[in-house]
Amino acid sequence: MRWKAAALSALTAFAAPAALAQMSDGVIKIGVMNDQSGTYADLSGQGSVWAARKAIDDYCKSNKCEKIEVVFADHQNKPDIGSNIVRQWYDVDKVDVVVDVPTSSVALAVNNITKEKNKAFLVSGAAASDLTGKACSPNTVHWTYDTWALANGTGNAVVKTGGDTWFFLTADYAFGHALERDTAAVVEKSGGKVVGRVRHPFPGQDFSSFLLQAQQSKAKILGLANAGSDTTNSIKQAAEFGIVQGGQKLAGLLVFITDVHALGLQTAQGLILTEAWYWDQTDANRAFSAEFEKANKGNKPTMVQAGVYSAVTHYLKAVHELKSDADGAAVVAKMKATPTEDALFGKGEIRADGRKIHPMYLFEVKSPKDSKGKWDYYTLRATIPAADAFRPIDQGECPLVKK
Amino acid sequence: MKNYDMPIFAALIALLLVAPLAVYPVFLMKVLCFALFALAFNLLVGYVGLLSFGHAMFFGFSAYISAYTVKSWGWNPEFGILAGTAVAALLGLVAGAIAIRRQGIYFAMVTLALAQMVFFFCLQAPFTGGEDGIQGVPRRALFGILDIRSDMNFYYVVLAIFAAGFLIIYRTIHSPFGQVLKAIRENEPRAISLGYKVDQYKLLAFVLSAGLTGLAGSTKAIVFQLASLTDVTWQMSGEAVLMTLVGGMGTVFGPMVGAAIIITMQNYLAGFGEYVLVIQGVIFVITVLLFRRGVVGEIAALGARLARPREETVTSPATATH
Repeated sequence: MRWKAAALSALTAFAAPAALAQMSDGVIKIGVMNDQSGTYADLSGQGSVWAARKAIDDYCKSNKCEKIEVVFADHQNKPDIGSNIVRQWYDVDKVDVVVDVPTSSVALAVNNITKEKNKAFLVSGAAASDLTGKACSPNTVHWTYDTWALANGTGNAVVKTGGDTWFFLTADYAFGHALERDTAAVVEKSGGKVVGRVRHPFPGQDFSSFLLQAQQSKAKILGLANAGSDTTNSIKQAAEFGIVQGGQKLAGLLVFITDVHALGLQTAQGLILTEAWYWDQTDANRAFSAEFEKANKGNKPTMVQAGVYSAVTHYLKAVHELKSDADGAAVVAKMKATPTEDALFGKGEIRADGRKIHPMYLFEVKSPKDSKGKWDYYTLRATIPAADAFRPIDQGECPLVKK
Repeated sequence: MKNYDMPIFAALIALLLVAPLAVYPVFLMKVLCFALFALAFNLLVGYVGLLSFGHAMFFGFSAYISAYTVKSWGWNPEFGILAGTAVAALLGLVAGAIAIRRQGIYFAMVTLALAQMVFFFCLQAPFTGGEDGIQGVPRRALFGILDIRSDMNFYYVVLAIFAAGFLIIYRTIHSPFGQVLKAIRENEPRAISLGYKVDQYKLLAFVLSAGLTGLAGSTKAIVFQLASLTDVTWQMSGEAVLMTLVGGMGTVFGPMVGAAIIITMQNYLAGFGEYVLVIQGVIFVITVLLFRRGVVGEIAALGARLARPREETVTSPATATH
């Protein structure tokens, strides 16, 4: 067994302790990692890469910048691929900050690695509220939205605008259960009533029997506690059953403007959903979107892509104030200490648990006749003020928060 | 014909010993885990002729077991890996006992169905963490002394595990037991007529394959410090098939070459974004159309073609004198 001896000698030769703190190398390197080929490719994907580059361009117009590079990769929604890429980015390619990362399992993995390597992680695409809860980290900022904010926004605001009886259509696994539980709690707290719930297999194809139960329940609101293709399939089939025409409304708990775009207004009309950002809200948003459209096959930016822009802008500010990007935790601490301000998200702040705070908006999808043109999809139904939009800091069980 | 397997293997190990100097060790560990997975899969499809379409259940479930025992029960990684392997072998015993009663497409479908059941169990069971998976699995010192938090150190541990797995498979293939397996592959009724209890042989091969797949899966959980649903999906079973076909089914080294090719594409083409899957598809189609025997299979066939004329000239005088 000669090779075994060789293995042992090699082991002792290379088993030097891992290199300690790396000095920054004169370049700020930003890694955008997301889904570029699957379910989330439209809402994050290359659009997020563009948004990160745009943030750098805009920031460097009015500030003196050193060399800033953007690299990107497709994690294919697999945590092991994502984890492999991010480790390699940090160890070999000297990436300083990772941005976006939809799919909660991948985001949680990146969250751990970033803490271990003391870099920075700006989450825009992932929904998991654990990122600022049990899994919170001094190296992570959760920028755009999370499941709690969506459940709260939709649950609370819908009840206040008259939708006080709810029926839940829930994907039968941990994520769906959590979404249903959180939303139901909000609905009941705001004075609404949950009249029924039904669980569908994940992933589901045929929702007809569940939709019939929902119809018979006579609830005013049908809450969709599911995601991705389950949501779009249930919306399509609800349209076929004429649920919206029958006076009931659908409330999506995890729906993006790209889903509405894919479904078309005929199918999606009347759907109620919560988002952090909409392209047609302010002049600054419209200007950003016009440029985005030119570079991205005529699509409008999603809140996730806008969040990438906003997060990168704030990161660059913090790095410049510190004059170093070497210590990820220090940069994130600086980001938390400085109030946020940018063209797209306006003024805001980052809490001690890493949660970025801004208002959330409750939208209703327009009917085809109300829509003035392509991508004119939403009517604003309510604004959830920043103070109420996110989970109170003492309820997240984040170890960073002192009680 | 002379057997070059062991010298090639020794050269391969020598190469792998110095590889982390040039290539990122975490990536190499991933390749090794998947190579072991593909080798274990190939043991079944290449040598017994049973195409399992459910090997992800052993790979993914063992990853959960090893991640859970290490993270929540505070076990040392070696026990976590052993627990994952043992549970996968046990699962293989149950799944195998049901599946080996059928052949061909029915066998594949039964294994797929069982794997889907395991997938739904993992999706629903509270201990797996649903969509989020089990995250942040600590890399505690191996045997209480060897620090594996450094990727370099752990790489050599994974390499040792891989080499052990390879040698077990190699020994199995070349043992009398392995000969019987090949006989079953070639002609099952004849093996039965010769008095072999075919079902027992098949079941044992199935359990062995499941156990080694479990070894790969539970090691991978410690490498990435996570276990997630990705590893139990049917797509993962498909990847084992893909790796084996690209590398060369029924060859000793094929599956690991296939694993290296597929994993390299997934990682290094990640920068191409949406084109990764297209490129992967094109390579698969090219392999199936042009190199039906897989990369290693074609090389071996080429070697055999070159060697044959010489062998004939050497052997013909001998037969003439006879």
